[in-house]
Amino acid sequence: MLLALTALAGGFGAATRFWLDGAIARHNPLPIPLGTVVINVSGALLLGLLTGLALDVPVLGPWKHVLGTGFLGGYTTFSTASVEGIRLASARGPRATILAVADAGGMLAMALVAAALGLWLGRMLAQAGAGG
Amino acid sequence: MGLTEQAPETAHPAPTPVPAAHHRPALLAAVLLGGVVGTLVRTLLESALPPGAGAWPWTTFLINVFGSAMLGGLLESLARRGPDRGLRRLIRLGGGTGVIGGFTTYSTFAVEADQLALAGRPILAIGYAVGSIAAGLAAAGLAICAARRMVPHPTPSPGEGR
Repeated sequence: MLLALTALAGGFGAATRFWLDGAIARHNPLPIPLGTVVINVSGALLLGLLTGLALDVPVLGPWKHVLGTGFLGGYTTFSTASVEGIRLASARGPRATILAVADAGGMLAMALVAAALGLWLGRMLAQAGAGG
Repeated sequence: MGLTEQAPETAHPAPTPVPAAHHRPALLAAVLLGGVVGTLVRTLLESALPPGAGAWPWTTFLINVFGSAMLGGLLESLARRGPDRGLRRLIRLGGGTGVIGGFTTYSTFAVEADQLALAGRPILAIGYAVGSIAAGLAAAGLAICAARRMVPHPTPSPGEGR
């Protein structure tokens, strides 16, 4: 049952990613595919938050599975990030390498900071809830 | 040169408004169904082979690197077979965006890297973070090259964008 809910949530996560990526691509003025960056950084923040909360509030365990592993796992994507990065790198000219490094490196740095922020915020909220 | 795949969007406005791909229910449904399958396989693998605390998360690493290769190979093969419409677009969105996109995960990857650092393994955390990105890029690039060799280019049709 939990597995079925997790898989279904992943489907909705993937559909949300498809929709949001399309919406962002229409208004993106940058030479970097911004949709995947926004999706992966926001997903990392939310999974950090959920993981931080669940560390101190064990009741959230199943929700962490469905919303974290399922929805956010399906929402964020590593494969598209890799393919977009290698496409940027394989274009001609000296700008290609700079853009690819900015895309892959920038997304990684922002996702790591976002996940850390989420973890910290989740623990703060859980402890405030437990203490108050 | 540059990013030719984005050119058709800005070439000229279509006289009859065709809804964008991400607004079409059938295509959204294909991504959703694919995402269910991809997430199911990832969840089964992660629960069968859970990462140990403070250890390199091999399961996520291999999922992400393998998925990067799969997506690179799939997209290149489809692009070489012809323009992105009909069944080819359905396979790209259902199989690529849905199944492979849902199979791989960036959020779990980022949280795992942070948790390695928080567990007092900063070198391992950096190695996992940078190593995953580098391996993913290399896997996608190799798969794209392999697809170029294996899938013959279609006969050139004048007037097509690619």
